Amino acid sequence: MREANLSAMTEAQTALAELTEISSQVEAAVLFDGSGAVAAATVSAEAAARFASSARALLESAQQLREGELRQVEAATGEGSLFVAREGEQLIAAVTSPEPTAGLVFYDLKSCLRRAVEKPKPKRRSRAQAGGTP
Amino acid sequence: MGRRRLAAVLLGAASLLGIGLYARRGRERERLDLYFADGSMVSIDGASPEAARFLPLAHDALRAARS
Repeated sequence: MREANLSAMTEAQTALAELTEISSQVEAAVLFDGSGAVAAATVSAEAAARFASSARALLESAQQLREGELRQVEAATGEGSLFVAREGEQLIAAVTSPEPTAGLVFYDLKSCLRRAVEKPKPKRRSRAQAGGTP
Repeated sequence: MGRRRLAAVLLGAASLLGIGLYARRGRERERLDLYFADGSMVSIDGASPEAARFLPLAHDALRAARS
């Protein structure tokens, strides 16, 4: 069980590292779940907890505005933009400088989220390891 | 000499005015875009009372992410 959690955290860290490498617009990002528990972040643990908490509160409050499942939010301010995206129980929040290309940022965040929740594929066993005939 | 000084003062004043207008433009562009699972999108203007509930949370998140 603990091994599975560690594996999930590693996947999340790897996904975030890839996100910041691919997207020049993303300044900082955090992966967390519906309860607010942080899986991985590009900032310190303390900052990540506040970042995730505010992003979660924003999504939950905005959800009450209308019927239907809210999947993505962009809050654009003069200081920069906050993006929040959800895939099932997993969430990602990211900040960018002002006036980003929102479509691209959402695409990168969704890809990161999917990569983070993906279970690592089992390694293929070679015939020799499997005990097959040479 | 007097003309040069006047030109410099005017240039400085115009620059300050430009910076002020640019900053104001940025504040006016605050908004919240909500995307729903059915493909619909709702955009809330930053000046509306509804946005006043959400934008402080966005500012908190931005501050936390940059701290």
